[in-house]
Amino acid sequence: MEESTKLTQPVSARDHAEGPSDAPLTLVEYGDYQCPYCGAAYPVVKRLQKKLGKKLRFVFRNFPVTQSHPYALIAAEAAEAAALQGKFWEMHDLLYENQTRLEPDIIPSWAKRIGLDLEKFGTDIKQGAVEQQIKEDRQSGIRSGVNGTPTFYINGTRYDGSPDYDSLLEALESELVEQRTVLT
Amino acid sequence: MKALEPGVLAPDFTLSSTPDQKVSLSDFRGQPVVLVFYPADWSPVCSDQLSLYNELKPEFSEFKAQVIGISVDGVWCHLAFSKDRKLQIPLLADFEPKGAVARKYGVYRGKDGESERALFVIDAEGIIRWSYVSPVGINPGADGILKALESISRSEERDNA
Repeated sequence: MEESTKLTQPVSARDHAEGPSDAPLTLVEYGDYQCPYCGAAYPVVKRLQKKLGKKLRFVFRNFPVTQSHPYALIAAEAAEAAALQGKFWEMHDLLYENQTRLEPDIIPSWAKRIGLDLEKFGTDIKQGAVEQQIKEDRQSGIRSGVNGTPTFYINGTRYDGSPDYDSLLEALESELVEQRTVLT
Repeated sequence: MKALEPGVLAPDFTLSSTPDQKVSLSDFRGQPVVLVFYPADWSPVCSDQLSLYNELKPEFSEFKAQVIGISVDGVWCHLAFSKDRKLQIPLLADFEPKGAVARKYGVYRGKDGESERALFVIDAEGIIRWSYVSPVGINPGADGILKALESISRSEERDNA
């Protein structure tokens, strides 16, 4: 019995995605906002998006490793609560760009900075409106063989290479070539 | 060296978990055990793997499964490592004679003086029900372990029915 390294939950409308839904490449990341390796992967993904443009759709799913990172869960909740106001990526970017300053008290000021309705933001978190999404992400991650954070999937298959720009770009480009060969 | 396969009785062992505590596999008879052999404390891949299993404690608890880490590092090293990573799963020192337990399970790499990155899921009767040796640089997730625990729990239900 081999361990599966396939994404068990396909990307759908429930996900936070950047890039066209019919892009030939879909990169899914399971990440933790307080994990330094995810912090290092953040600019890498931005560069990949810039380089590949409309060929790439990027999806982020939550995998907070709360035993090692005490603020990982509140950060994930903040991003999901921002999503309820249509500003997931704004919060996502702020969280990673200021990762070393992350602490509970600073989050409301970040929410304010991106123009969120603070009352709704607070209530959504308190009343657990965002909990389900984070739980589902975590479960699908476990079932898909997430083996640490960040874990990436390229078109549904776990990427086991190094999470640096050159290695990821190479893997994505070779997947693109494979796609073209299949089509012709 | 070939890893022990499903169907055989898991060899018993007694190893130190702290400077003054010893743990035997047979202590856990009556509940499933997940043995996690890993090459070394502190190396980035292993640490991610153990942090992940530590994080998934609620999932493993559903099966009443005990997760145990084993490497050739000594107890003091394990102690510092556990503290640093806030690990709650016991780490056993396969330290003297070095790698003896890893050898019993067929997962010792003599050339490197470390064990393979290997997983064994053992049922309540002490029988190995699933084993997996991961490519060295690649960290196995938890999906295979959970599937094995599910299959054990299903077959127990059948036996009890």
